[in-house]
Amino acid sequence: MSDNNNLLVEMKNIHKYFGKVVALQGVDFEVGPNEVVGLIGDNGAGKSTLIKILSGVYSPSKGEIYIKGQKIDLRHYSVEKAHELGIETVFQEQALGVKQTIWRNLFLGREKEISGSFGFLNTEKARKETDRMMRELLGFTGEGISPDSPVRTLSGGERQGIAIGRAMYFEADLIILDEPTRALSVKEVSKVLDFIKKVKEAGKSCIYISHTIAHVYSVSDRFVILDRGQVVGRYKRKEISEPELNEVLIRIHEAPEFGSESR
Amino acid sequence: MKVGRIDFGKYKVQIGLIAMFFAILALFMITSPRVFLRPTIYFAFLSTVPFVGIMGLGLTLVLVSGEIDLSFPSVMALSSFFCAVIFHTTGSLVLGILVAFAVGIGIGTLNGILIRKIGIPSIVATIGMMFAIRGCVNILSGGLGQSLVALLGNPLHSALVGKVGGKIPAQSLWFIGLAIFMWFILFRHKFGSQVLFVGDNEDAARMMGVKVDIVKTMVFIIMGVLASFAGLIDSFRLLKWWPTMGEGFLMTTIAAVFVGGTSMFGGEGSILGTFIGAFLIGSLEAGIVAAGLSGFWTQLIYGVLIVTAVTIHILVKGRAG
Repeated sequence: MSDNNNLLVEMKNIHKYFGKVVALQGVDFEVGPNEVVGLIGDNGAGKSTLIKILSGVYSPSKGEIYIKGQKIDLRHYSVEKAHELGIETVFQEQALGVKQTIWRNLFLGREKEISGSFGFLNTEKARKETDRMMRELLGFTGEGISPDSPVRTLSGGERQGIAIGRAMYFEADLIILDEPTRALSVKEVSKVLDFIKKVKEAGKSCIYISHTIAHVYSVSDRFVILDRGQVVGRYKRKEISEPELNEVLIRIHEAPEFGSESR
Repeated sequence: MKVGRIDFGKYKVQIGLIAMFFAILALFMITSPRVFLRPTIYFAFLSTVPFVGIMGLGLTLVLVSGEIDLSFPSVMALSSFFCAVIFHTTGSLVLGILVAFAVGIGIGTLNGILIRKIGIPSIVATIGMMFAIRGCVNILSGGLGQSLVALLGNPLHSALVGKVGGKIPAQSLWFIGLAIFMWFILFRHKFGSQVLFVGDNEDAARMMGVKVDIVKTMVFIIMGVLASFAGLIDSFRLLKWWPTMGEGFLMTTIAAVFVGGTSMFGGEGSILGTFIGAFLIGSLEAGIVAAGLSGFWTQLIYGVLIVTAVTIHILVKGRAG
């Protein structure tokens, strides 16, 4: 058993090799209950690899994972298993069908929740639940948007919101956001940051992956900095200001490279 | 559906299509009132349109799932060939019909395997299947047709292609029933929801746990079963099976679905559109001939109608955002 049963997720001494390439070497990473952790690092630092191990996409070459104090049997760990344990990833390549309505997207892959006899859908229930998700979980007040709106009529930030809301609706304990503000306008970014605050308000945890300090700083409780497959910094927000955090990152990037670096 | 709060914007395409249908009908009534102001021609449409229409329903589902099927005219011929042969050898029509459906299911499954397991693009795989199945039909039948006059008086024959109330062709009621059923499957069933997503964003569907291969294979199976059904009722209606059966239905069925507003790009489609599209395409030839134009005009007018209809769909949708 783990030393600390209060942690939601504890990853210990994680290694990952892709052939000869070392993607992660001995990473320790934790997420506490109701905590937003900013996972920061340059492209190729190993952020996505670490998160894909946690969400069951990759299996680590070495290391241990504890979720809610339970040691995970990594031979039988998978995306489905991660879902069962309350870990949801909101992927970069937004997992939404843009031609479909919001309510259909909310229940994508979970149509059982709204189907009655013989698998026919209770669309009235689906719309009502979607409306609740949008207003209560996400704080949507927008007039023009209803559960029947096709996703293609939503802005980029609103689409991220629907994806985040979907994870929250299905009672995920930990929501992993991989670069949710990439390619968004300033106004849209602030919407997404508001959604992340809603995740925290709902008592859930979040891992927020980004390399934009300005975005990640305002919503995270703690920062973990990865560089070339290793953790090179851990800070609580109380301990470090935004300019200082920027300073740290610049210093890391300017550091000489060791050996052959490829990821 | 809340009555009194129907969002007409959502149904723009269908409303446009219905308007177009009545405009063309009005045109026919003006050009040849003697034909189009009498009921006979409409009963003729009810008799002939269901074949294109029933296969169009299946093709709509295939297109919504982001694929295409070109093998269905050959499936039509092969299934009804087996039915005819089994009926003649065993005397059991029920067995013949069951085997015909099994052929449709089998070919649908094979299409699914070629496309999803081996990875052949559906247009290529189903062109191959179209030729291969037609080849089987020719070899097995020796190029000879079969009379099905012995079906007369069989209760199953009456149920499928008889005249209800002495006037209404039973196949038109089957078509209407199937259209309603398919609408519920596509828009009000969890399977339909998965078909919509698989055609819209396959990666998203997979990430959210939808079994993409199974959903797409199921869609091809449904197409196969509907093609078999169309083959059965077509051969029953004419009391004859012939080896080139279905060949004339390939382009007209595809045209009916596109005229109906279903997208080539997957993720969206219209069952009502296909229903109306089938009647539009099905009534065109009769209308052209009745108007006194020679049959040579048919293809030109088909072409103009298809391009016009799809242009209208795109303009209407474009404005909707």
